[in-house]
Amino acid sequence: MPIVISFLSGLIMAAGLIISGMTNPQKVIGFLDLFGNFDPTLVFVMTGALLVTATGYCLIGKCKKPVLCDSFNTFSEQKIDAPLVLGAVVFGMGWGWAGFCPGPAIVGIGLGLSKAIIFVCAMLTGMFLAKKILK
Amino acid sequence: MWGEMNISYAHGFLGGMLIGLAAVLLYWFNGRIMGVSGITSRLLAKPDQDTSWRAAFVIALIAGGFVYQLKWPVIAVINTTEYDLIIAGLLVGFGTVLGNGCTSGHGICGIARRSKPSLVATFVFMVTGIFVVWLKRMVGI
Repeated sequence: MPIVISFLSGLIMAAGLIISGMTNPQKVIGFLDLFGNFDPTLVFVMTGALLVTATGYCLIGKCKKPVLCDSFNTFSEQKIDAPLVLGAVVFGMGWGWAGFCPGPAIVGIGLGLSKAIIFVCAMLTGMFLAKKILK
Repeated sequence: MWGEMNISYAHGFLGGMLIGLAAVLLYWFNGRIMGVSGITSRLLAKPDQDTSWRAAFVIALIAGGFVYQLKWPVIAVINTTEYDLIIAGLLVGFGTVLGNGCTSGHGICGIARRSKPSLVATFVFMVTGIFVVWLKRMVGI
């Protein structure tokens, strides 16, 4: 059953990314192009997403446990440290470089964008290397 | 032009709300954070009890894209060369594992649960992205 929910969540996520225009890297670069042809669409995307997620999380906070599983997993306690900041810098560089972040790029495979496939292969390699080096 | 822009913003807001719905669903039923980079990168590790739902999520992202474009054409302008995409992909993959999150995990789920580290990470990757776009134009690459 958790698998069905996560599949459904993935489908909704894909639709959200496509409808919002985020699967088009030019729109993302347009947002990051603050000193050029600025396109604020991503601000609206973030606002819509945060409104729903923050409200939902707040309401779910009253539940003792998730509907289908034993406990909530908040990925342990994250600290503000060098890896967090350095990782964000490296990710930001790649994000600005091509306008792709992981979600839209993976959806892009389904859209049949050959360039998204190239990006995701490189991304998986980067993830693999990071895991090798860091552990 | 103005009308076109407004439609784009409205679609952005609506799409954003769907992204939020996906995150809420995953947390409410499964108790899991919808961070795409974390879900994907953990699939590269040894399989455990979380592997199946993670795989289902990633497969659904691809299937969702495929089904959607059968009915509605999706415009995606990618001017970036293959060479640039490889550099960008390596950076995104490495950075999201090192920093433990991307736009969805830190930017949406993290900020929604008022995590300070996620707020810091989001600020840092946005400023860096803005800087890189500016620099690339200045240098002309």
